[in-house]
Amino acid sequence: MKPPPFEYYNPTTVDEALSLLAEHGYDAKPLAGGQSLIPIMNFRLAQPAVLVDLNNISELSYIQPDEGGGLRLGAMTRHHQVEHDPLIAERAPLIFEAMPMIATSQIRSRGTFGGSIAHADPSAELVAVSVALGGRFRLRSQSGEREAAASEFFLGMFATLLEPQELLVEATFPAMPARTGWALMEVARRPHDFALVGVAAVLSLDDQDRCQDTRIVFLSVGDGPVTAHHAAEVLRGQAPTPELMRAAAETAAADDIDPSSDIHASAAYRRHLVKVLTRQALELAFERAKL
Amino acid sequence: MSDLYQLSITVNDTEYQRAIEPRILLSDFLRHDLDLTGTHVGCEHGVCGACTVLFDGHPIRSCLMFAVQADGHHIQTVEGLGSPDNLHVIQKAFWDAHGVQCGFCTPGILMTLVPFLENNPDPDEAAIRQAISGNLCRCTGYQNIAEAVKLAAESMRT
Repeated sequence: MKPPPFEYYNPTTVDEALSLLAEHGYDAKPLAGGQSLIPIMNFRLAQPAVLVDLNNISELSYIQPDEGGGLRLGAMTRHHQVEHDPLIAERAPLIFEAMPMIATSQIRSRGTFGGSIAHADPSAELVAVSVALGGRFRLRSQSGEREAAASEFFLGMFATLLEPQELLVEATFPAMPARTGWALMEVARRPHDFALVGVAAVLSLDDQDRCQDTRIVFLSVGDGPVTAHHAAEVLRGQAPTPELMRAAAETAAADDIDPSSDIHASAAYRRHLVKVLTRQALELAFERAKL
Repeated sequence: MSDLYQLSITVNDTEYQRAIEPRILLSDFLRHDLDLTGTHVGCEHGVCGACTVLFDGHPIRSCLMFAVQADGHHIQTVEGLGSPDNLHVIQKAFWDAHGVQCGFCTPGILMTLVPFLENNPDPDEAAIRQAISGNLCRCTGYQNIAEAVKLAAESMRT
Protein backbone atom coordinates (compact mmCIF):
# COMPACT_ATOMS: atom_id res chain seq x y z
CA MET A 1 0.00 0.00 0.00
CA LYS A 2 2.91 2.35 -0.59
CA PRO A 3 3.55 3.86 -4.01
CA PRO A 4 6.65 2.71 -5.89
CA PRO A 5 9.53 5.16 -6.42
CA PHE A 6 9.30 7.73 -9.20
CA GLU A 7 11.08 10.81 -10.41
CA TYR A 8 9.21 13.93 -9.38
CA TYR A 9 8.98 17.16 -11.38
CA ASN A 10 7.20 20.24 -10.25
CA PRO A 11 6.81 22.64 -13.19
CA THR A 12 5.18 26.04 -12.74
CA THR A 13 4.21 26.67 -16.37
CA VAL A 14 2.37 24.65 -19.02
CA ASP A 15 5.37 24.98 -21.37
CA GLU A 16 7.65 23.45 -18.77
CA ALA A 17 5.20 20.59 -18.19
CA LEU A 18 4.89 19.94 -21.94
CA SER A 19 8.64 19.82 -22.32
CA LEU A 20 8.86 17.25 -19.50
CA LEU A 21 6.10 15.15 -21.09
CA ALA A 22 7.86 15.35 -24.48
CA GLU A 23 11.13 14.27 -22.88
CA HIS A 24 9.75 11.31 -20.90
CA GLY A 25 6.93 10.14 -23.18
CA TYR A 26 5.19 6.97 -22.02
CA ASP A 27 7.25 6.87 -18.80
CA ALA A 28 5.63 10.05 -17.52
CA LYS A 29 2.25 10.65 -16.05
CA PRO A 30 0.78 14.09 -15.29
CA LEU A 31 -0.35 14.39 -11.67
CA ALA A 32 -3.48 16.51 -11.31
CA GLY A 33 -5.46 16.29 -8.04
CA GLY A 34 -4.19 12.76 -7.57
CA GLN A 35 -7.44 11.48 -6.09
CA SER A 36 -7.53 8.58 -8.56
CA LEU A 37 -3.88 8.29 -9.60
CA ILE A 38 -2.44 8.16 -6.07
CA PRO A 39 -4.72 5.35 -4.81
CA ILE A 40 -3.91 3.44 -8.00
CA MET A 41 -0.22 3.97 -7.27
CA ASN A 42 -0.72 2.98 -3.62
CA PHE A 43 -2.14 -0.32 -4.91
CA ARG A 44 0.77 -0.44 -7.39
CA LEU A 45 -1.66 -0.86 -10.25
CA ALA A 46 0.17 2.06 -11.83
CA GLN A 47 3.91 2.54 -11.53
CA PRO A 48 4.81 5.59 -13.56
CA ALA A 49 8.58 6.22 -13.64
CA VAL A 50 8.06 9.98 -13.78
CA LEU A 51 5.38 12.20 -12.29
CA VAL A 52 4.85 15.68 -13.68
CA ASP A 53 2.97 17.51 -10.95
CA LEU A 54 0.55 20.10 -12.35
CA ASN A 55 -0.50 21.52 -8.99
CA ASN A 56 1.76 24.56 -9.13
CA ILE A 57 0.72 25.65 -12.62
CA SER A 58 -1.56 28.51 -11.66
CA GLU A 59 -2.39 29.37 -15.30
CA LEU A 60 -4.46 26.15 -15.45
CA SER A 61 -6.84 27.12 -12.67
CA TYR A 62 -9.73 29.39 -13.68
CA ILE A 63 -13.43 29.61 -14.41
CA GLN A 64 -14.20 32.26 -17.05
CA PRO A 65 -17.22 33.34 -19.07
CA ASP A 66 -16.88 33.30 -22.85
CA GLU A 67 -18.45 35.84 -25.21
CA GLY A 68 -21.06 33.41 -26.47
CA GLY A 69 -22.65 32.90 -23.06
CA GLY A 70 -20.74 29.70 -22.31
CA LEU A 71 -17.76 29.17 -20.08
CA ARG A 72 -14.20 27.98 -19.94
CA LEU A 73 -12.66 25.92 -17.18
CA GLY A 74 -8.94 25.51 -16.63
CA ALA A 75 -8.01 21.85 -16.28
CA MET A 76 -6.61 22.28 -12.75
CA THR A 77 -9.69 23.99 -11.35
CA ARG A 78 -10.55 22.08 -8.22
CA HIS A 79 -13.94 20.52 -7.59
CA HIS A 80 -14.53 22.62 -4.48
CA GLN A 81 -14.00 25.79 -6.54
CA VAL A 82 -16.47 24.65 -9.19
CA GLU A 83 -18.90 23.57 -6.47
CA HIS A 84 -19.24 27.11 -5.09
CA ASP A 85 -18.87 29.17 -8.26
CA PRO A 86 -21.85 31.40 -9.19
CA LEU A 87 -20.89 31.44 -12.89
CA ILE A 88 -21.07 27.64 -13.00
CA ALA A 89 -24.46 27.74 -11.25
CA GLU A 90 -25.74 30.25 -13.80
CA ARG A 91 -24.26 28.99 -17.06
CA ALA A 92 -23.75 25.27 -16.46
CA PRO A 93 -26.30 24.25 -13.82
CA LEU A 94 -25.87 20.60 -14.77
CA ILE A 95 -22.20 20.77 -13.70
CA PHE A 96 -23.25 22.62 -10.55
CA GLU A 97 -25.71 19.86 -9.72
CA ALA A 98 -23.11 17.17 -10.30
CA MET A 99 -20.55 18.54 -7.86
CA PRO A 100 -21.98 17.31 -4.52
CA MET A 101 -22.31 13.82 -6.05
CA ILE A 102 -18.58 13.66 -6.74
CA ALA A 103 -16.92 11.80 -3.89
CA THR A 104 -16.54 13.44 -0.48
CA SER A 105 -15.61 16.95 0.59
CA GLN A 106 -12.05 15.80 1.30
CA ILE A 107 -11.68 14.47 -2.25
CA ARG A 108 -13.27 17.59 -3.76
CA SER A 109 -10.71 19.76 -1.96
CA ARG A 110 -7.97 18.23 -4.14
CA GLY A 111 -9.65 16.67 -7.17
CA THR A 112 -9.67 18.67 -10.40
CA PHE A 113 -12.04 19.05 -13.33
CA GLY A 114 -9.41 18.16 -15.92
CA GLY A 115 -8.11 15.27 -13.85
CA SER A 116 -11.53 13.67 -13.76
CA ILE A 117 -11.93 14.13 -17.53
CA ALA A 118 -8.47 12.81 -18.41
CA HIS A 119 -8.85 9.83 -16.08
CA ALA A 120 -12.03 8.88 -18.00
CA ASP A 121 -13.61 6.69 -15.37
CA PRO A 122 -16.92 5.42 -16.83
CA SER A 123 -18.50 6.13 -13.42
CA ALA A 124 -17.41 9.77 -13.32
CA GLU A 125 -20.24 12.30 -13.30
CA LEU A 126 -18.20 14.97 -15.11
CA VAL A 127 -17.49 12.61 -17.99
CA ALA A 128 -21.17 11.99 -18.73
CA VAL A 129 -22.11 15.59 -17.99
CA SER A 130 -19.46 16.93 -20.39
CA VAL A 131 -20.85 14.81 -23.20
CA ALA A 132 -24.45 15.79 -22.40
CA LEU A 133 -23.56 19.50 -22.44
CA GLY A 134 -21.68 19.29 -25.74
CA GLY A 135 -18.42 20.24 -24.04
CA ARG A 136 -15.10 20.50 -25.84
CA PHE A 137 -11.56 19.91 -24.59
CA ARG A 138 -8.34 21.65 -25.55
CA LEU A 139 -5.32 19.37 -25.74
CA ARG A 140 -1.86 20.88 -25.99
CA SER A 141 1.56 19.46 -26.73
CA GLN A 142 4.88 20.99 -27.74
CA SER A 143 3.92 20.56 -31.37
CA GLY A 144 0.66 22.46 -31.05
CA GLU A 145 -2.87 22.45 -29.88
CA ARG A 146 -6.01 20.60 -30.93
CA GLU A 147 -9.61 20.51 -29.80
CA ALA A 148 -11.90 17.54 -29.32
CA ALA A 149 -15.61 17.26 -28.67
CA ALA A 150 -16.39 15.44 -25.42
CA SER A 151 -18.47 13.01 -27.49
CA GLU A 152 -15.30 11.95 -29.34
CA PHE A 153 -12.72 12.34 -26.59
CA PHE A 154 -13.58 9.26 -24.51
CA LEU A 155 -12.46 6.03 -26.17
CA GLY A 156 -13.24 3.51 -23.45
CA MET A 157 -12.43 2.60 -19.90
CA PHE A 158 -9.71 5.01 -18.72
CA ALA A 159 -8.89 5.66 -22.38
CA THR A 160 -9.03 8.99 -24.20
CA LEU A 161 -7.64 10.73 -27.26
CA LEU A 162 -4.77 12.14 -25.15
CA GLU A 163 -1.30 11.23 -26.38
CA PRO A 164 1.45 10.72 -23.77
CA GLN A 165 3.07 14.05 -24.61
CA GLU A 166 -0.26 15.91 -24.53
CA LEU A 167 -1.94 17.78 -21.72
CA LEU A 168 -5.63 18.53 -21.32
CA VAL A 169 -5.52 22.27 -20.63
CA GLU A 170 -9.12 23.47 -20.82
CA ALA A 171 -12.75 22.41 -21.01
CA THR A 172 -15.28 24.68 -22.72
CA PHE A 173 -19.04 24.53 -22.55
CA PRO A 174 -21.36 26.37 -24.95
CA ALA A 175 -24.28 28.46 -23.76
CA MET A 176 -27.39 26.39 -23.28
CA PRO A 177 -30.06 27.39 -25.84
CA ALA A 178 -33.21 29.10 -24.54
CA ARG A 179 -35.89 26.70 -23.29
CA THR A 180 -33.38 24.07 -22.29
CA GLY A 181 -33.78 21.90 -19.20
CA TRP A 182 -31.33 19.56 -17.54
CA ALA A 183 -31.20 16.82 -14.95
CA LEU A 184 -28.70 14.49 -13.38
CA MET A 185 -30.02 11.44 -11.55
CA GLU A 186 -28.11 8.60 -10.03
CA VAL A 187 -28.46 5.72 -7.64
CA ALA A 188 -25.56 5.09 -5.29
CA ARG A 189 -25.35 3.28 -1.95
CA ARG A 190 -24.32 6.56 -0.36
CA PRO A 191 -24.49 9.95 -2.07
CA HIS A 192 -20.74 10.16 -2.73
CA ASP A 193 -20.14 6.54 -3.75
CA PHE A 194 -19.60 5.53 -7.35
CA ALA A 195 -23.08 5.40 -8.86
CA LEU A 196 -24.55 2.03 -9.80
CA VAL A 197 -26.20 3.92 -12.64
CA GLY A 198 -26.43 7.60 -13.45
CA VAL A 199 -28.03 9.60 -16.24
CA ALA A 200 -27.44 13.15 -17.44
CA ALA A 201 -30.19 14.62 -19.61
CA VAL A 202 -30.29 17.92 -21.50
CA LEU A 203 -33.49 18.72 -23.37
CA SER A 204 -34.25 21.73 -25.60
CA LEU A 205 -37.80 22.64 -26.60
CA ASP A 206 -39.01 24.60 -29.62
CA ASP A 207 -41.71 27.27 -29.26
CA GLN A 208 -44.40 24.58 -29.59
CA ASP A 209 -43.00 22.63 -26.61
CA ARG A 210 -41.64 19.91 -28.88
CA CYS A 211 -38.25 18.30 -28.29
CA GLN A 212 -35.78 20.02 -30.54
CA ASP A 213 -32.68 18.41 -29.19
CA THR A 214 -32.27 15.78 -26.49
CA ARG A 215 -29.04 14.41 -25.09
CA ILE A 216 -29.19 11.51 -22.66
CA VAL A 217 -25.86 10.16 -21.40
CA PHE A 218 -25.35 7.33 -18.91
CA LEU A 219 -22.57 6.67 -16.48
CA SER A 220 -21.59 3.32 -14.92
CA VAL A 221 -23.29 1.21 -17.59
CA GLY A 222 -20.44 0.68 -20.03
CA ASP A 223 -16.77 1.24 -20.84
CA GLY A 224 -17.30 4.98 -21.04
CA PRO A 225 -20.07 7.53 -21.21
CA VAL A 226 -22.97 5.91 -23.10
CA THR A 227 -25.17 8.15 -25.22
CA ALA A 228 -28.79 7.04 -25.67
CA HIS A 229 -29.22 7.66 -29.41
CA HIS A 230 -32.30 5.47 -29.77
CA ALA A 231 -34.12 7.11 -26.87
CA ALA A 232 -33.31 10.59 -28.24
CA GLU A 233 -34.76 9.50 -31.58
CA VAL A 234 -38.06 8.56 -29.89
CA LEU A 235 -38.36 12.12 -28.59
CA ARG A 236 -37.17 14.05 -31.66
CA GLY A 237 -39.74 16.59 -32.85
CA GLN A 238 -42.37 15.26 -30.47
CA ALA A 239 -44.15 16.79 -27.50
CA PRO A 240 -42.68 15.06 -24.45
CA THR A 241 -45.85 13.68 -22.91
CA PRO A 242 -45.51 11.39 -19.87
CA GLU A 243 -46.24 8.42 -22.14
CA LEU A 244 -43.57 9.43 -24.63
CA MET A 245 -40.96 10.00 -21.93
CA ARG A 246 -41.78 6.57 -20.52
CA ALA A 247 -41.40 5.06 -23.99
CA ALA A 248 -38.05 6.82 -24.45
CA ALA A 249 -36.85 5.47 -21.10
CA GLU A 250 -37.90 1.95 -22.07
CA THR A 251 -36.11 2.30 -25.39
CA ALA A 252 -32.97 3.47 -23.58
CA ALA A 253 -33.04 0.48 -21.24
CA ALA A 254 -33.67 -1.98 -24.08
CA ASP A 255 -31.60 -0.64 -26.97
CA ASP A 256 -29.04 1.91 -25.81
CA ILE A 257 -27.13 0.08 -23.10
CA ASP A 258 -25.39 -3.22 -22.55
CA PRO A 259 -24.60 -3.15 -18.83
CA SER A 260 -22.52 -5.76 -17.06
CA SER A 261 -23.01 -7.46 -13.72
CA ASP A 262 -20.53 -6.95 -10.93
CA ILE A 263 -20.35 -7.14 -7.15
CA HIS A 264 -22.31 -3.89 -6.86
CA ALA A 265 -25.29 -4.61 -9.12
CA SER A 266 -26.56 -7.12 -11.64
CA ALA A 267 -27.02 -6.17 -15.29
CA ALA A 268 -30.78 -6.62 -14.91
CA TYR A 269 -30.88 -4.22 -11.96
CA ARG A 270 -28.82 -1.66 -13.87
CA ARG A 271 -31.23 -1.94 -16.79
CA HIS A 272 -34.12 -1.38 -14.41
CA LEU A 273 -32.42 1.68 -12.93
CA VAL A 274 -31.77 3.09 -16.41
CA LYS A 275 -35.47 2.86 -17.18
CA VAL A 276 -36.58 4.55 -13.96
CA LEU A 277 -33.85 7.20 -13.84
CA THR A 278 -34.19 8.14 -17.51
CA ARG A 279 -37.90 8.76 -17.12
CA GLN A 280 -37.35 10.84 -13.97
CA ALA A 281 -34.51 12.80 -15.57
CA LEU A 282 -36.54 13.56 -18.70
CA GLU A 283 -39.50 14.71 -16.63
CA LEU A 284 -37.38 17.07 -14.57
CA ALA A 285 -35.51 18.37 -17.63
CA PHE A 286 -38.83 19.00 -19.38
CA GLU A 287 -40.20 20.91 -16.37
CA ARG A 288 -37.10 23.09 -16.29
CA ALA A 289 -37.14 23.64 -20.06
CA LYS A 290 -40.70 24.99 -19.94
CA LEU A 291 -39.83 27.71 -17.41
CA MET B 1 15.81 5.00 -4.46
CA SER B 2 14.88 8.22 -6.16
CA ASP B 3 16.54 11.51 -5.28
CA LEU B 4 15.73 13.19 -2.02
CA TYR B 5 13.65 16.31 -2.19
CA GLN B 6 14.09 19.26 0.15
CA LEU B 7 10.83 20.06 1.81
CA SER B 8 9.77 23.00 3.93
CA ILE B 9 6.36 22.57 5.48
CA THR B 10 4.37 24.28 8.22
CA VAL B 11 2.44 21.91 10.46
CA ASN B 12 0.35 23.30 13.30
CA ASP B 13 2.22 26.63 12.97
CA THR B 14 5.65 25.00 13.30
CA GLU B 15 7.96 24.99 10.29
CA TYR B 16 9.81 21.78 9.48
CA GLN B 17 12.63 21.17 6.98
CA ARG B 18 13.25 17.62 5.82
CA ALA B 19 14.82 15.78 2.90
CA ILE B 20 12.48 13.02 1.71
CA GLU B 21 11.74 10.67 -1.15
CA PRO B 22 8.97 12.02 -3.41
CA ARG B 23 6.94 8.84 -2.99
CA ILE B 24 6.39 9.41 0.75
CA LEU B 25 2.70 10.02 1.38
CA LEU B 26 1.80 13.04 3.47
CA SER B 27 0.13 10.72 6.00
CA ASP B 28 3.34 8.71 6.47
CA PHE B 29 5.46 11.85 6.55
CA LEU B 30 3.39 13.28 9.39
CA ARG B 31 3.55 10.05 11.38
CA HIS B 32 7.07 8.78 10.70
CA ASP B 33 9.11 11.88 9.95
CA LEU B 34 7.41 14.36 12.28
CA ASP B 35 6.19 11.85 14.92
CA LEU B 36 2.71 13.36 14.71
CA THR B 37 0.91 10.06 15.14
CA GLY B 38 -2.49 11.62 15.85
CA THR B 39 -3.21 11.39 12.12
CA HIS B 40 -4.33 7.79 11.62
CA VAL B 41 -3.87 5.64 8.55
CA GLY B 42 -6.67 3.26 7.69
CA CYS B 43 -7.28 2.25 4.11
CA GLU B 44 -4.59 4.18 2.21
CA HIS B 45 -6.83 4.62 -0.79
CA GLY B 46 -9.05 7.50 0.15
CA VAL B 47 -12.10 5.68 1.45
CA CYS B 48 -11.97 5.65 5.26
CA GLY B 49 -11.17 9.29 6.05
CA ALA B 50 -9.03 8.45 9.11
CA CYS B 51 -6.08 10.43 7.71
CA THR B 52 -8.03 13.66 7.10
CA VAL B 53 -5.99 16.81 7.82
CA LEU B 54 -6.40 20.43 6.80
CA PHE B 55 -4.33 21.59 3.83
CA ASP B 56 -4.34 25.40 3.68
CA GLY B 57 -7.62 25.18 5.61
CA HIS B 58 -9.30 22.60 3.36
CA PRO B 59 -9.97 19.03 4.54
CA ILE B 60 -7.98 16.50 2.50
CA ARG B 61 -7.02 12.83 2.61
CA SER B 62 -3.35 12.89 3.58
CA CYS B 63 -2.93 9.38 2.11
CA LEU B 64 -3.84 10.77 -1.33
CA MET B 65 -1.11 13.34 -1.45
CA PHE B 66 2.67 13.16 -1.58
CA ALA B 67 4.44 15.05 1.17
CA VAL B 68 6.55 16.90 -1.43
CA GLN B 69 3.33 18.47 -2.69
CA ALA B 70 2.87 20.15 0.68
CA ASP B 71 6.13 22.07 0.23
CA GLY B 72 5.44 25.66 1.25
CA HIS B 73 1.94 24.89 2.49
CA HIS B 74 0.19 24.89 5.85
CA ILE B 75 -1.07 21.65 7.39
CA GLN B 76 -3.18 21.33 10.48
CA THR B 77 -3.46 17.99 12.25
CA VAL B 78 -5.39 16.91 15.32
CA GLU B 79 -2.32 17.77 17.44
CA GLY B 80 -2.92 21.40 16.50
CA LEU B 81 -6.51 21.30 17.63
CA GLY B 82 -6.26 20.93 21.39
CA SER B 83 -4.32 19.15 24.13
CA PRO B 84 -5.48 16.76 26.87
CA ASP B 85 -5.53 19.67 29.31
CA ASN B 86 -7.10 22.07 26.90
CA LEU B 87 -9.52 20.32 24.57
CA HIS B 88 -10.86 22.07 21.49
CA VAL B 89 -14.58 22.76 21.76
CA ILE B 90 -15.34 19.97 19.25
CA GLN B 91 -13.15 17.53 21.20
CA LYS B 92 -14.92 18.53 24.41
CA ALA B 93 -18.28 17.87 22.77
CA PHE B 94 -17.11 14.41 21.63
CA TRP B 95 -16.04 13.71 25.21
CA ASP B 96 -19.32 14.94 26.69
CA ALA B 97 -21.61 13.24 24.18
CA HIS B 98 -19.63 9.95 24.08
CA GLY B 99 -18.83 10.41 20.39
CA VAL B 100 -15.68 8.31 20.80
CA GLN B 101 -15.34 4.58 21.25
CA CYS B 102 -12.06 3.06 20.03
CA GLY B 103 -10.95 6.45 18.78
CA PHE B 104 -9.32 5.34 15.55
CA CYS B 105 -11.57 7.40 13.27
CA THR B 106 -11.82 10.36 15.66
CA PRO B 107 -8.90 12.53 14.48
CA GLY B 108 -10.13 12.35 10.88
CA ILE B 109 -13.67 13.18 11.91
CA LEU B 110 -12.54 16.11 14.05
CA MET B 111 -10.47 17.58 11.22
CA THR B 112 -13.38 17.15 8.79
CA LEU B 113 -15.64 18.97 11.22
CA VAL B 114 -13.45 22.02 11.85
CA PRO B 115 -14.11 23.68 8.46
CA PHE B 116 -17.62 22.20 8.30
CA LEU B 117 -18.74 23.88 11.52
CA GLU B 118 -17.03 27.13 10.54
CA ASN B 119 -19.17 27.21 7.39
CA ASN B 120 -22.29 25.65 8.94
CA PRO B 121 -22.80 27.02 12.45
CA ASP B 122 -26.24 25.41 12.87
CA PRO B 123 -26.33 22.18 10.87
CA ASP B 124 -29.30 19.80 10.93
CA GLU B 125 -28.97 16.04 11.35
CA ALA B 126 -28.94 15.38 7.59
CA ALA B 127 -26.19 17.95 6.98
CA ILE B 128 -24.12 16.47 9.80
CA ARG B 129 -24.44 12.95 8.44
CA GLN B 130 -23.55 14.18 4.96
CA ALA B 131 -20.52 16.05 6.34
CA ILE B 132 -19.06 12.97 8.04
CA SER B 133 -20.11 10.55 5.30
CA GLY B 134 -16.50 10.36 4.12
CA ASN B 135 -15.30 9.16 7.51
CA LEU B 136 -15.90 5.55 8.45
CA CYS B 137 -16.52 4.61 12.08
CA ARG B 138 -16.94 0.92 12.89
CA CYS B 139 -17.85 1.36 16.57
CA THR B 140 -20.38 4.04 17.29
CA GLY B 141 -23.05 3.61 14.66
CA TYR B 142 -22.60 7.39 14.24
CA GLN B 143 -25.45 8.19 16.62
CA ASN B 144 -23.35 9.77 19.34
CA ILE B 145 -21.03 11.35 16.79
CA ALA B 146 -24.02 13.22 15.34
CA GLU B 147 -25.05 14.19 18.88
CA ALA B 148 -21.53 15.42 19.58
CA VAL B 149 -21.54 17.56 16.45
CA LYS B 150 -24.82 19.17 17.48
CA LEU B 151 -23.40 19.83 20.93
CA ALA B 152 -20.21 21.26 19.42
CA ALA B 153 -22.19 23.53 17.11
CA GLU B 154 -24.24 24.76 20.02
CA SER B 155 -21.14 25.42 22.14
CA MET B 156 -19.47 27.28 19.28
CA ARG B 157 -22.51 29.51 18.77
CA THR B 158 -22.70 30.60 22.41
